[in-house]
Amino acid sequence: MSSSLPHQTSSPETGRWFGLCSSNIKSYLRKNVFNGWALGTWVLAALVATPIIAVIALAFAPSEDIWPHLASTVLWKYISTTLLLMTGVGFGTVVIGTATAWLVTMCRFPGQKIFNWALLLPLAVPAYVLAFVITDQLEYAGLLQTALRAIFEWNSPKDYWFPEIRSLGGAITVMTLVLYPYVYLLARAAFLEQSVCALEVSRTLGHGPWSSFYKIALPLARPAIVVGVTLALMETLNDFGTVDFFAVNTFTAGIYDVWLNMNSRSGAAQLSTVLLLFVLVLIGLERAHRHGRKFHHTTTKFQELPSYLLQGARAWAAFIFCLIPVLLGFILPAAVLLNYASIYYQDTLDANYVTIVGNSLGLAGISAVISVTIGLFMAYGVRISRTPLIKIAARFASIGYAIPGAILAVGVMIPLGAVDQGLSNLFIDTFGFTSSLVLGSTVFAVIFAYSVRFLALSFGTLEASLGKITNNMDGAARTLGLTAGQTLKRVHFPLVRGSLLTAGLLVFVDVMKELPLTLILRPFNFDTLATFVYQYASDELLEESALGALTIVAAGIIPVILLTWRIVQTRTVRAPTEMQMKPNP
Amino acid sequence: MYEQKMQPHKLPQQLPFQARVFNKMIKSNLLKKPIINATIGLSMGFSILSLAVINFTPTPAAANEPVVNLYSYRQPFLIKPLLDEFTKQTTIKVNVVFAKKGMLEKIRAAGNNNPADAVLTTDIGRLNALSQAGVLKPVRSKILEANIPANLRQKDGLWFALTTRARVVFASVDRVKPGEITTLADLASPKAKGRLCLRSGKHAYNIALIASVIANDGQQAAEKWLRGLKSNLARKPQGNDRAQAKAIYQGQCDIALANTYYMGKMITEKKKTEQNDWAKSIRVQFLDQNGRGQHVNISGAAVTKTAKHGEQAIKLLEFLSGKKAQSIYAAENFEYPVNPSVKPSKLVQSWGDFKADSIAIEEIAKYRAAASKLVDKVGFNDGPSS
Repeated sequence: MSSSLPHQTSSPETGRWFGLCSSNIKSYLRKNVFNGWALGTWVLAALVATPIIAVIALAFAPSEDIWPHLASTVLWKYISTTLLLMTGVGFGTVVIGTATAWLVTMCRFPGQKIFNWALLLPLAVPAYVLAFVITDQLEYAGLLQTALRAIFEWNSPKDYWFPEIRSLGGAITVMTLVLYPYVYLLARAAFLEQSVCALEVSRTLGHGPWSSFYKIALPLARPAIVVGVTLALMETLNDFGTVDFFAVNTFTAGIYDVWLNMNSRSGAAQLSTVLLLFVLVLIGLERAHRHGRKFHHTTTKFQELPSYLLQGARAWAAFIFCLIPVLLGFILPAAVLLNYASIYYQDTLDANYVTIVGNSLGLAGISAVISVTIGLFMAYGVRISRTPLIKIAARFASIGYAIPGAILAVGVMIPLGAVDQGLSNLFIDTFGFTSSLVLGSTVFAVIFAYSVRFLALSFGTLEASLGKITNNMDGAARTLGLTAGQTLKRVHFPLVRGSLLTAGLLVFVDVMKELPLTLILRPFNFDTLATFVYQYASDELLEESALGALTIVAAGIIPVILLTWRIVQTRTVRAPTEMQMKPNP
Repeated sequence: MYEQKMQPHKLPQQLPFQARVFNKMIKSNLLKKPIINATIGLSMGFSILSLAVINFTPTPAAANEPVVNLYSYRQPFLIKPLLDEFTKQTTIKVNVVFAKKGMLEKIRAAGNNNPADAVLTTDIGRLNALSQAGVLKPVRSKILEANIPANLRQKDGLWFALTTRARVVFASVDRVKPGEITTLADLASPKAKGRLCLRSGKHAYNIALIASVIANDGQQAAEKWLRGLKSNLARKPQGNDRAQAKAIYQGQCDIALANTYYMGKMITEKKKTEQNDWAKSIRVQFLDQNGRGQHVNISGAAVTKTAKHGEQAIKLLEFLSGKKAQSIYAAENFEYPVNPSVKPSKLVQSWGDFKADSIAIEEIAKYRAAASKLVDKVGFNDGPSS
């Protein structure tokens, strides 16, 4: 189109003007629209954002105004409870995740090698499983309190005080225990990748180990810690199972109440939209606070990290500090599940156990590959694009992680249902028969929904990882004649390979645990481990499905071991110059 | 090799160090292209292949096939014996998806392509939401009309109750005297102070109960009653009905509201024998026997408007209301059969007969939103302290 413009002009004056203009437009379009990367990123962002937009559109559907009722009764309670929950989980995950990461990276103490990977294990435990187990053991009728009553001869709850387990505090504890590994994983990677020089300089200038940690290591690891805690908080926001179990009235609990009890679908969509705005503001504030500071390394000098040998009381303190999250977040639930499973395995084995495990593993594997591919494409598209709009679009698309699962499922089925209806109308018009269901109620719908939900994991991880590579690398590669694609393949890909694995494995573990999307969108006669466990767990009968829950946990351990292996690899991969400096034997 | 002898600091100083690193990397074995390409290729190939395999395994679609596609709000392990029996009798296969939320939206979003022929639910609220959304088909069937009393089916045949469940008082055998608590009003009176346990006020079963109070006594009386109930709570509302029985057994509270079938399940539990003890510590008390009668809720089924296998779906409903299925409901699940010719299980009968609240079940459904709002207004779920 635009290329024909100059030929239509008569005078040389206008011709030059048009030519200039059209070449500007052309170059703008080429850089930002027709450029494959930019275009692809736009298309992917639009696809992934469709369900989110569908939810927002639903909010504008005419309906009964639920806000006066909410504002005069429970709205402030929902908001304050949610903020308290987020503050608690945010604080808990940052403290546990960062401190344990620092300890196992920089110190030597008994068990440090084991904690290195064991600290990741709680990631594999679904929050609702841990909630069930902890309540079972600690509530009034649980083992601990029953024993206490027997010992001290108390008879009723009035005789003594014990913290209420089904409470906000309980929910914060459980979510912190299963979500801190996000922070641990990313903080540990950041600490491993840090330059020793900065730390050495800080020590030479008179800072002690604690002060160096606060003033140097922590600020440098900030982007990674922020990504981790953002993921943890988004998961906290979208959770329903745990808060429902603990009878905590969060915003998400309110969304379900408006939807199902007050029968107001658009009311629920309105609340969800408010939730989204809240998340966007939070992310925006954090970005603004960074003032556009970049965090990539300015030196490529990598040495063995120093390790402080802890002794005596300090070693014990470090050991206990690392042991507690692993003990409560993994060993306890795994042991309880194992115990149940030894009694109740038969029902689970009878119910097509092998098929169900296969479904879960297949879905998790496929989704991990797809999510990471989309995430890498978009993260790179954002990186090489010059317009900030594309970045905003990508961020928006990756916000699906914060929407309560069942609401996102509704957002997914609306566009898919519309496409299906369009297709079947087209088929009837042209071929005279209907195409029936192509997208909705198929495994495709489930995988698409996972891609929407877990883009935050893959895109977030890869964007942070690419952010650590200085733009000079791109510059050098492009100057030396590589295309954008070749640069990605030959420069960035090897550098972020570890993060690709991290992102993929995070998605894998999360899909294994994922419940609401799978439950609602899956086709007939199709079960995953999570949906199988849910049919019992929904009536608080976790014992009967313990083998299924245990399998989810076990399947999560494999990626955790791979992740550990990859973290250890990081430092060697990251130090190519050193490797080559070694003389041939 | 050149780069192995080369020391980085000997590179020309004018080159930026990134370029030096880049040079190194281009030559280093980190960038073995075939491996990377193979990895990408293999994983993409694998994913597309698996997608194709999973996605195009035969799905039940053709209209003339002897199948029923069922959306179920009830757990598969509960309904499996029934569906197996149905398939045995009729050779009609039943495909099931189980979920507790989002089924209505799924039917709606699929429009004419909706694959579900029938819906199986618990609680009147869901049946009502489905019929209000206009996704159900009116069904006329002599068999259904003979099997199910008129007050337990929608008058146009949009939905049919299959079982009823009574939400009764579980009272501690030791600490509650017979005749002490016999009405819903008693639960809100001072004599129940600090003795009552309940699951969340927002749970569908409690919402229906509160809605029935609004429908019978009006909004204001219901609010007063709910405030009384709240002030009598022994603890913050939590857990399911079984958890309330456990709390009574442990002495945390003396009275609870719960559905009768939980009692049946606890008594007959074989593996978790501690539940037998919980049940032994409890007496079932039907409410308002001298007044309007015991509040009951239903589980039911309906045929969708866009059903592709409508005939088979009706057959399934007829089967579920028939003697055989109703006996299974009664024996395995301890619910009350709707079919008058089938008696409840012996165990259930041992708790005695009761008079049910005669209010139309659809009338209760109308007040569900009001009930939910009342729970908010009273702050019921905050528990006794606030």
